[in-house]
Amino acid sequence: MNALTATRQVFGGSGARVRWVGFQTIVLREFSRIIRIWGQTIVPPAITATLYFVIFGSLIGRRIGQMDGFDYMQYIAPGLIMMSVITNSFGNVVSSFFGAKFGKHVEELLVSPLPNWLIVLGYVAGGVLRGLLVGALVTAVALLFTHLPVQHPFLIITSVILTSVVFSLGGFFNAIFAKNFEQISWFPTFVLTPLTYLGGVFYSVSLLPGWAERLSYANPILYMVNAFRYGFLGASDVDIVKAFVVTVGAAIVMFAIVVSLMNRGTGIRD
Amino acid sequence: MKALSIQGLAKTYRNGVQALRGIDLDVEEGEFFALLGPNGAGKTTAIGIISSLVTKSAGTVSVFGHDLDREPEQAKSCLGLVPQEINFNMFEKVFTIVVNQAGFYGIPRRQAREQAERYLRQLQLWDKRDSIARSLSGGMKRRLMIARALVHEPRLLILDEPTAGVDIEIRRSMWEFLRGINHRGTTIILTTHYLEEAENLCRQVAIIDKGRITENDRMGNVIRKLNQETFVLNFRDPLTALPPLPGYDARLVDDHTLEVEVSKERGLNDLFASLSAAGVVVVSMRNKVNRLEELFMRLVESGGAPQGGAR
Repeated sequence: MNALTATRQVFGGSGARVRWVGFQTIVLREFSRIIRIWGQTIVPPAITATLYFVIFGSLIGRRIGQMDGFDYMQYIAPGLIMMSVITNSFGNVVSSFFGAKFGKHVEELLVSPLPNWLIVLGYVAGGVLRGLLVGALVTAVALLFTHLPVQHPFLIITSVILTSVVFSLGGFFNAIFAKNFEQISWFPTFVLTPLTYLGGVFYSVSLLPGWAERLSYANPILYMVNAFRYGFLGASDVDIVKAFVVTVGAAIVMFAIVVSLMNRGTGIRD
Repeated sequence: MKALSIQGLAKTYRNGVQALRGIDLDVEEGEFFALLGPNGAGKTTAIGIISSLVTKSAGTVSVFGHDLDREPEQAKSCLGLVPQEINFNMFEKVFTIVVNQAGFYGIPRRQAREQAERYLRQLQLWDKRDSIARSLSGGMKRRLMIARALVHEPRLLILDEPTAGVDIEIRRSMWEFLRGINHRGTTIILTTHYLEEAENLCRQVAIIDKGRITENDRMGNVIRKLNQETFVLNFRDPLTALPPLPGYDARLVDDHTLEVEVSKERGLNDLFASLSAAGVVVVSMRNKVNRLEELFMRLVESGGAPQGGAR
């Protein structure tokens, strides 16, 4: 047996071990990227959140008074945290995966034995990591401005992770189809931002006229924001069970679509 | 055992271009195999399909007996790829790139770091381990891609024009390195534009042209088929007329330069004897084109095996 054969036998672990190490490597690489470019990934959302709290919470919020029985600042804090989680989870995956496509280093993964579903999971874990990191930072900023009660901690954790998963998958979907850097901003500009702003971050949908309130219930972000807010304040515009069904359903559907696109080679293979 | 077995491999791109028209190819374990062909012949498409970067239209690929469709993880574990274009993250450190690639093949972090150090040292990149990849020279980037491809100890290494744009010294050291790993058991498939490179390294050669395999033979046999070459001779003194060169097809390019077709049967001795008899002093001589290009041109002209003899 020569030296090469011996080494191959050492490395030739089971499929499960190869996948686990591969998954860890993708997540570690994503985390390193987030930390390496912290000026683009961590700091801007914290500054944006601070401005929201100063302008909408402190200056304008004082004149608004109460919303659903809570100070306006308290009411919008969970929504603003969730908004930063959504945009950063999405943004992390779309920019990282499209960057890998653009720079061709996605080929490092495509030639490897890792299955496509695991590659998707690795990038999603990276998106969730950044979402939670930024979410924690924005929560810390929120606590400088207001007190946030915690009514249902399990709900807070599960809703934020599930939402982050959904929008990380959304970022992956966008990156698969994007052919240039301009196209990675289309979905956030024309879909994500309007749905987030109209998803009950700043107001209770009960304030809207009947048709607008009914229309709002078609917006999945409304369910995610309200489930998260319910975890803090115990108040929600939507049924919490329904909110979890919508979020879990969205995650499963998005995962199936993205893995199917990867298996077909859409956007990544000629 | 066959390191690679390809049956009826075809690829038609969305724009209608038929890059591969049903090729069959077997590469034995331990072989140093050259896949040659002119630009656009289908070499990179074939390599892309074998390494899962291009989807095939038809056919089968198996690597060490593992079908790429049915057992992709086993097949891909056996493969290492050095692509034609630089495809690592330019903003990552050299060491990180190689360690991460080992991780994608399931090698735990500690072993991955040892393997990365081993190959970076072998390819004279250890001093650059903490450099950002984009700061490397062209030759270093090529060597980094080789280190990255080898870090998981693949049984089959595919190199797509690994020495393109690399200076002669580095090219020769890369040849030595590749010979060494082939000697230790790794099967190697190489595409190149330099026939000298293939001649130096490979024992078996397949020639691909317009999506079809036109030759698949031992290197020596293929080289023997290239029995006519065009040489360019430079003279010390200007010539006003072509001296008599019986049996050679020659023409004056300018008053200092002669272009002549020479078949292997005829040789060069009579040519030099005739030139000496005419008092012509030859100061230099070279092949008119890359010998591989000459081989391809003759293949295309004859529609198959290259033909010899003066035109």
